[in-house]
Amino acid sequence: MPTIQPVTDNKTLCYHCGEPCPNEKIHIAEKKFCCEGCKMVYQILNENSLCDYYSLNENPGINQRIVVRKDKFALLDDEKIKTQLISFKDDTQIHITFYLPQMHCSSCLYLLENLHRVNPGVVSSKVNFARKEVDIVLLTKETSLRKVAETLTSIGYEPYISLNDLKEKRPAIDKSMVYQLGIAGFCFGNIMLLSFPEYLGIDASEVGLRAVFRWLNFVLAIPVLLYSALPFYESSWKSIKHKFLNIDAPIALAIIITFVRSAIEVINGTGGGYFDSMTGIVFFMLIGRIIQDKTYRQLSFERDYTSYFPIAISVLKDSKEIPTTLPEIKTGDTLLIHNEELIPADGILTKGKAFIDYSFVTGESIPVLKEMGELVYAGGKQTEGNIEILVVKKLPKAILPNYGTEMNLKSRRKINFIRPPAEPVFHLYCFTIAATTAVYWQINDPSKLWPAITSIFIITCPCALLLSNTFTNGNILRILGKNRFYLRSAQTIEDIARITHVVFDKTGTLTSANQQNIFYEGDGLTEQELNQVASIASHSSHPLSRALSKHLGYGKDEEVSQFHENTGRGVQGITDDGTFLKLGSAEFVTEQKSNTSGTNVYISMNDKVKGRFVFSNQYRENVEPLLHSLKRHYNVSVLSGDNDAERENLKKLVGEKSELLFNQKPEDKLQYIKDLQIRGESVMMIGDGLNDAGALKQSNVGIAISEQTNNFTPSSDAIIEAKQLPRLTRFIRLCIANRKIIIASFVLSIVYNIIGLYFAVQGTLSPVIAAILMPSSSLSILLLTFGSSSLLSKNMKM
Amino acid sequence: MSVILILLIASISVAGIFLFAFLWGTKTGQFEDDISPASRILFDDKPAQPKPNNK
Repeated sequence: MPTIQPVTDNKTLCYHCGEPCPNEKIHIAEKKFCCEGCKMVYQILNENSLCDYYSLNENPGINQRIVVRKDKFALLDDEKIKTQLISFKDDTQIHITFYLPQMHCSSCLYLLENLHRVNPGVVSSKVNFARKEVDIVLLTKETSLRKVAETLTSIGYEPYISLNDLKEKRPAIDKSMVYQLGIAGFCFGNIMLLSFPEYLGIDASEVGLRAVFRWLNFVLAIPVLLYSALPFYESSWKSIKHKFLNIDAPIALAIIITFVRSAIEVINGTGGGYFDSMTGIVFFMLIGRIIQDKTYRQLSFERDYTSYFPIAISVLKDSKEIPTTLPEIKTGDTLLIHNEELIPADGILTKGKAFIDYSFVTGESIPVLKEMGELVYAGGKQTEGNIEILVVKKLPKAILPNYGTEMNLKSRRKINFIRPPAEPVFHLYCFTIAATTAVYWQINDPSKLWPAITSIFIITCPCALLLSNTFTNGNILRILGKNRFYLRSAQTIEDIARITHVVFDKTGTLTSANQQNIFYEGDGLTEQELNQVASIASHSSHPLSRALSKHLGYGKDEEVSQFHENTGRGVQGITDDGTFLKLGSAEFVTEQKSNTSGTNVYISMNDKVKGRFVFSNQYRENVEPLLHSLKRHYNVSVLSGDNDAERENLKKLVGEKSELLFNQKPEDKLQYIKDLQIRGESVMMIGDGLNDAGALKQSNVGIAISEQTNNFTPSSDAIIEAKQLPRLTRFIRLCIANRKIIIASFVLSIVYNIIGLYFAVQGTLSPVIAAILMPSSSLSILLLTFGSSSLLSKNMKM
Repeated sequence: MSVILILLIASISVAGIFLFAFLWGTKTGQFEDDISPASRILFDDKPAQPKPNNK
């Protein structure tokens, strides 16, 4: 076991989570920890001799600085909630699956699978790493659901339980397409093999054997027709019902026509049919489908606001806390909102002081102070201590009423069908050729009519074309996914390639949500004076004071007397050496109206104004080069829910020409996007949080930014991990290149089609030609699309 | 030519066995999580096997 702790920048890193320790006070023997939480986890593991956890990976833990409140999982004692969560139950056992977003390495796996050592009531725990889930079997006699959840939390894996879990179980991974693929592959391979006599010719004496081969092919093709090809029938049937022809319709038609014609040939003994082509199409198409599906199976793009809310709220009744599920909360209930919890309904604050972070709803990053009796709105997050509110308006109407209607707009527009750019033309071309051929043979030799027409459908079946689409898109989705940029569907690639205007949200998108820049303006302050300021600030719980004291490094060893806090204005106090310090708004400290915008904290010492601390947003790394490169090709605008304190900074970043709008409410953002679209722009919107949800929906491409892929983001077309944002231009370039690849392979497939049609219209398409043409066209197109898109992404260093 | 027929039966049944193995593997979830089994095998003490239970 490594006992030496890595040291960087002269700072000790926490043995548990690897973050720098603020001081060296917290330690066990040689091992230093950054906080009590991390230390506690270590103790638990040590007691249960699970310290292998630390030898498998260096500093594998998850930071424990934010303490989960003690009775958070009291809701798991509630029978009703329990039954909705567990998957199996009998007299002695409960089976449950928890989602643990913190899971990230083999150490986690080791620890979670040894859960029975920490909690003996656990019979077994099995991790599914890919889904970040753990299946737990527990004995009801020895432990309870709540205790297991608390055990998990105590070792740093807090189960994530959301309202969505209650509504429906997560759909199990659909395996049927994999079965279909397996069967198609089996049949396709064998049919190819059995078709060789057909291709190479066979001795006249062996005609009987040929019939055996043909009938075997026929039998092998049946499961493909009836089972493997089902997804294509379903999808095309759905599209026909919606009076819209999607790309699966011609495929389904081609499959059926090919089968019927081949069957007739075999039964009449006139030929071997085209079973190899037919099963090949199905096999290759299914591969493409599965690749596409796999890319975004993990991600849910349809999360609505309910997934943000906790599963249950503590309702106070006769001074007892009763965990209640969200839908059951009624107007008039008193809710206890714990620290760091979202407020689930509009209400009146009845107890405690609220510092509510509305960044979720408005984008304003600095918490708002609310006093008793004031109205608080749903969607805010309490940041300081517990509060009680009296519900006046319950969910779902309470929250963001304007969104409901707007959100439906796009879901109708967006249908997950892949439509190649030239598809309608292609259908036309295909049918025209078929019709002309039909007329020609009708006049000249009616006996050749049907063979010729069916051949045309077999050969022009847009399979090569489709393959090129499916595979290029699938590959691009896969590459982007590997780079933590997840698209909802292949259609999104098209949309990204077409954008003309990029709109950014500021707070949380261009700036980092949980970091602030604080700098000082005014007369210089000595070390001691700074320390005094920090001491005063650390006495206050106002968010700005807290940020300030954290920034200055927590005032140590400074006594403060006569501390007084003027709510909403500032704080004052006398320090050790008798300095009278005032800290707060311009009005409070300087007794003059502030003439600057932005967030400032003024300080004065002995009634002499010294200067002010200016709070500004911390921009994400590399935002500047990103904006510069975007500006060259697109119009860029920035919308912000915040005040315009950042205008100058932003101007430097995005340049003079770009539009900057401040104090934008969610509706304003939505309207802005709409106006752009009316002007004919194709808009890409990048935002975070609920305040952008409407705008994200409205825009042609809505990209939600997420600090962690597992975090919850508003419904969008794509999710990008925050760290990948600077590479957005490359992603866009790749999407544009995708279009070119598809067009190139489209041209290639037309060439193949023309060759095939040359034989088909003459009614002389022999199985040999079909057998060579179909796989070779498919394979060469596969190579072209896969190869070129992979090569391209390599060139772009992805 | 009966030898070809025998070979035919043999080859298709071998392929059939593999198909069956594939379907079985998919059904029992062997392709679902390709990360944990790989590291699980490296742990010194294996997690206690779940007692045979009434599943």
